Amino acid sequence: MKFLTTNFVKCAVKSCDASELSFPLKYEECELQLQEHDFNPEFLISMLPRLNWDAIVQVAADLGNTTLPSTKPEGIEDNEQMLKDLHSLLLETQIINGKMTCRHCGHIYYIKDSIANFLLPPHLANS
Amino acid sequence: MPQWLSTANYGAQQNTNLPADLPKAVRLCQRPLIKQICFLPLHLLATFRQPSTLIAPPGEKFIIMKDYLVYMSQAHMGFRRAELESLAEMHGFSVDLSGLSEKSPFFVVQLENDEQAAQLIRRSVLSRAIYELWGQGATLADLHADVKQRSSALISKYKQSTFKFDIVSYQGSRKSREQQLALINSFAFLAFEGKIKMKNPDQIFAILEAYSIVNQEPAPQPDYMYFGREVEVSERSRGVLERHEIAKRPYYGTTTFDAELALVSCNLAQTRAGQLIYDPFVGTGSFALAAAHYGAFAYGTDIDFRALKGKGPSRRLATNFEKYGTSHLFGDVLCMDFTHNAFRKNLLFDSIVCDPPYGVREGLKVCGTNREERFEGKEKIIIDGEYAYLRRDFIQPKKNYSLDLLLDDLLQFAAERLPVNGRLCFWMPVANDQDIPTLVPQHEKLQLVYNLVQEFNKWSRRLLVYAKRDANYKGTTITSQERGLQNDFRNRYFHRFK
Repeated sequence: MKFLTTNFVKCAVKSCDASELSFPLKYEECELQLQEHDFNPEFLISMLPRLNWDAIVQVAADLGNTTLPSTKPEGIEDNEQMLKDLHSLLLETQIINGKMTCRHCGHIYYIKDSIANFLLPPHLANS
Repeated sequence: MPQWLSTANYGAQQNTNLPADLPKAVRLCQRPLIKQICFLPLHLLATFRQPSTLIAPPGEKFIIMKDYLVYMSQAHMGFRRAELESLAEMHGFSVDLSGLSEKSPFFVVQLENDEQAAQLIRRSVLSRAIYELWGQGATLADLHADVKQRSSALISKYKQSTFKFDIVSYQGSRKSREQQLALINSFAFLAFEGKIKMKNPDQIFAILEAYSIVNQEPAPQPDYMYFGREVEVSERSRGVLERHEIAKRPYYGTTTFDAELALVSCNLAQTRAGQLIYDPFVGTGSFALAAAHYGAFAYGTDIDFRALKGKGPSRRLATNFEKYGTSHLFGDVLCMDFTHNAFRKNLLFDSIVCDPPYGVREGLKVCGTNREERFEGKEKIIIDGEYAYLRRDFIQPKKNYSLDLLLDDLLQFAAERLPVNGRLCFWMPVANDQDIPTLVPQHEKLQLVYNLVQEFNKWSRRLLVYAKRDANYKGTTITSQERGLQNDFRNRYFHRFK
């Protein structure tokens, strides 16, 4: 699972929908891998409006990277170094194995073989 | 030539409308942008050496439309109009496709310029090419006459170009080399001065013929002929279907969706570069691959972990993206029950394209259990100090679900997650004897723009295309409850539609 995807997913339990704590999930025991892709600034710029900066910072910190500015920097579009850093973080950083926990309900999801599993057990799905 | 057609004369009466006694060939119509469109036959265009010198009434603009010839593929006939309309809309223009019919692969369309023509055809899967029309006729003599008349206005630009001739024959028998040369040489009157170049010429001129089949043989003479300058060839003509052939993919399965119709679906969804697209039932990923082919960034989810995991590290969905050189457009695949969706609520997808599982092979499943009593209290089981359901190796049980309910969920999701004018495209199977209109789900925020049919023997598969509209739009809602009828396709399938 790409780092980028951590910015898109929350807890799947319905009763967590209303809680701000259900996004982003808390990432622990993660095995990371760098998978190189060609740098494509236009693509990154097109993704910028979709990103939740606070969640990027929080997940990066979970994974041991505390170098990101805490507020979204102005003019990322024109800052090539920043774009390259984001490219490497969002698109090239893969979580191969790991654990994602909802900060609201405490449910745990796993990433295995790079694929995150959001399936729910019956007592959480049937409700 | 009528007086008013001379530039000077028209300039003098610029504050009046064009006279009422226009010849039939010239039509005027109003467009939302207060542009006036003037359909001029090409030979009349010669009058205006530079059409831009035409002086339009204040605040208005003349657009001179030109005739183009489209050469269609005769595959999936019912989907062709929708594909071209969607591509034109995606590029911000509308097009009158009334000339398109099932009888002929050729039709004439009016467009502003070559750029529009290229935009209409370039990524199309169900057409083959588009030509600037230089002439047409029922016989070669008629064609020659028409080309002589029209080409005077067109030829100067291409007089010195390197060129070659193509012969495109629909349903015709094979021509000998001599016959081909004779046909090409009959256009010698055009007197091109550029060099003939068979590889990468500046221009390709095509003679196009449509034949009927009589007693299972091509008729000796074509029914109709065209002559044109090639402007653009389609994705199909560039060989996309051969490249996307499922059997040549490193990873595919028994239910892998047809590559051609997956590409068509993405054209109807108007997926393009810079977009985020989502297939909630991604399986082996035909739609994700097709979306990435058109430059979109693709996400997929599926309830079946095995499909996502693939058949080993070098035979999974990511490998297919590598094969097509679109790895940078592969977002992720996640194991997810669509009805318990983990994408955050404010994440918008530009389009959603999918083939919902109707479960012929495995039955349609979501997370949960149909036998609650069996699982009652099981959430309290502890193994090695951990809740069993929170352990890494816990396997989430699944329960049966109905296609109708799933489609309601899909429309609701699309209504919440698509931007205005974003499209939802999905395939729905139906037994032919069912009252089909009553089975089509609707949502008040989504406008059903296409309901297209692919016929099989006793059932059909429908491609339903919806567009999310703005807050002022209020359509009808038809949920499974209101539909009343059950789409029990799976059951009917196993009973051979009796």
